[in-house]
Amino acid sequence: MLIYIARRLVWTLVVIFVVVLITFVVFFKLPAGDPALRFAGRSPTTAELALIRHRLHLDKPFYTEFGYFVKNFFTGDSNGWPGLGYSYEGDIPVLQEIEQRAPRTLFLIAGAGIIWLIFGVAIGVTSAVKRRSIVDRVAMGFALFGISAPVFWLGLMSLFIFWKELHWTGGSGYVPLTQNPAAFFSHLILPWIVLALLFMAVYARLTRGNLLETLGEDYIRTARAKGLSERAVIFRHGLRASLTPIATIFPLDLAQLVGGAVITETVFNLQGLGWLAVNSVFTQDLPTVLGVVLLGAVCVALANLVADILYAFLDPRVRYA
Amino acid sequence: MSEAGSGATLLEVRDLSVRFRTRDGVVQAVSNLSYTLRRGETLGIVGESGSGKSVSNLATMGLLNRSYTDITGEILFEGTDVLKLRQEQMRRIRGKDIAMIFQDPFASLHPMYRVGKQLAEAVLAHEDVSRDAAWNRAVELLEAVGIPNARARARDYPHQFSGGMRQRVMIAMALVHNPDVLIADEPTTALDVTVQAQILELIDRVKREFDCGVILITHDLGVVAETASHVLVMYAGRPMEYGPAQEIFTGAQHPYTWGLLESMPTVEKRLEILVPIEGSPPSLLHPPSGCPFHPRCKYRFEPCDGERPPLFRLPDGHLDACYLPPERKRELWTKRIGAELGVT
Ligand SMILES: Nc1ncnc2c1ncn2[C@@H]1O[C@H](COP(=O)(O)OP(=O)(O)OP(=O)(O)O)[C@@H](O)[C@H]1O
Ligand SMILES: [Mg+2]
Repeated sequence: MLIYIARRLVWTLVVIFVVVLITFVVFFKLPAGDPALRFAGRSPTTAELALIRHRLHLDKPFYTEFGYFVKNFFTGDSNGWPGLGYSYEGDIPVLQEIEQRAPRTLFLIAGAGIIWLIFGVAIGVTSAVKRRSIVDRVAMGFALFGISAPVFWLGLMSLFIFWKELHWTGGSGYVPLTQNPAAFFSHLILPWIVLALLFMAVYARLTRGNLLETLGEDYIRTARAKGLSERAVIFRHGLRASLTPIATIFPLDLAQLVGGAVITETVFNLQGLGWLAVNSVFTQDLPTVLGVVLLGAVCVALANLVADILYAFLDPRVRYA
Repeated sequence: MSEAGSGATLLEVRDLSVRFRTRDGVVQAVSNLSYTLRRGETLGIVGESGSGKSVSNLATMGLLNRSYTDITGEILFEGTDVLKLRQEQMRRIRGKDIAMIFQDPFASLHPMYRVGKQLAEAVLAHEDVSRDAAWNRAVELLEAVGIPNARARARDYPHQFSGGMRQRVMIAMALVHNPDVLIADEPTTALDVTVQAQILELIDRVKREFDCGVILITHDLGVVAETASHVLVMYAGRPMEYGPAQEIFTGAQHPYTWGLLESMPTVEKRLEILVPIEGSPPSLLHPPSGCPFHPRCKYRFEPCDGERPPLFRLPDGHLDACYLPPERKRELWTKRIGAELGVT
């Protein structure tokens, strides 16, 4: 088991290194134009440009430049860890920008994740147990709606109904938890639900499908033959086996949202990481885009590691292999 | 019927029919099946794949999904008709008074729970004891079915066991509550030959030690030759021949049974005279008229595709469903089948 984890860990580091290399090339080597020019702003002098080139290591060969980049990324720079350099927009360190945006995104994902995991699985189990009943049909109809409804439309509709018309929730924008916990929740509840809806639908379908498949297995018949109650058969035997795949995609879905919840963050004006990345694309602020993309990629790589470990933990056949 | 050594009636199946309502139509999986099981006896149920062996016994266990299954007839367990019991009442019998072992030991145990836990769970399903007591009972049972080093092995997962060992675990699980009826559904089909004999021997030993009745389901008459006291031959959901094992093996009446006997590998018989039955069983969605076996039968004549043959009772008490006149059957048996098998 320890060897397994160690192997996965090494592999994750390799993946992260490759991701850093690819993003570096895509962001700094492929775009036309001189990064120093962009960085310097309006009409710089030659002396200024030379200084910037030196500071960004643009005057050295590619591999040295990349070496510095990697070194900063892994060991940090004067602004802390990981070293991501400065934004093109003013002299703000990218890291500082990310640190400012990250809590918004993390709270959004965490809340939504809890909601979709609990409700998605609950709906899926109910559906499977009451297969072909009205409950099942309604639940699966709802799932289809959740999968096909566009997030921006859901977001705007929910804001209109629950904030503007009914005044049940806060409007768009973000209020820090430390500043006003009640407002924090009332502003996040709609984004949580809207973001969770799609995943909830996917998880409900997945749970239903997995559980139905598992309930057809021979060992479920054995469980019944022992004289266990139907409850024990479904929850202890059926659910236990069918949740493993769900437990292992959950971290991946969470990680993918670190830079990927753009629409939700935009509709609800939460200004999180996804929003930051998209905004920086429009202003051609490459270091910031790069920072968010790298962070997202690292999160996905780590989530993969977590998923693998979780899988081994949940399935003895992997653990003892 | 020789009554020597047979105990009280445990199970009496009367005119059992099972139909599945499927999307393609009604599958007539079992038709008009009757048999009796007594304490201390082994009833061998034999037939090709799809002949309704599993379905009829799943009906006894109450493991058929009644929402799309119609069951008629009676299954009397110690006098009560289990088909009339409510779910909860049936649950209390399942695994306690009637236990079942399945064909595929690789798929029949939960891959994510320790073997000991799965056994302990069976204990706790019908008995209010502590977890530790249940675990100890699990270990005892593993020992009883011949798992070496049982206390340590109880902590292993099913995939760490071989097929034969897993089938032993399944047997242990069936024995937890000292059942009256033990149903073994092709317990050796998935195992290799050397292990097969051990498992059959174990089941026979268990029958004696736990003093229960055993239903042994198999494709292969050879498997029941050693241990069965009675044999029921099924085909396309119907009883073809039913009687004391002794009489089936020394004077089988039905051409289908003859086919099974001829295709049975024995030590004396050389491989070249192994004759498989030609053709394949009929669709149960559209069963043929008359005797279901007639399309494949070498000895069919006029009445075979008309009226369905009833079960004829022979003087020795054994039943068979074939229109051939008794003299003709005796002649065929003595001259051909019995002679080939060397039992006449
Ligand atoms: N749930 C079901 N729905 C529809 N048909 C079924 C169902 N279960 C069994 N059958 C059909 O009933 C018939 C009898 O099946 P059964 O499993 O009893 O055969 P068997 O004699 O045990 O065969 P095998 O030796 O392959 O185990 C088969 O034709 C099978 O396809
Ligand atoms: Mg079967």
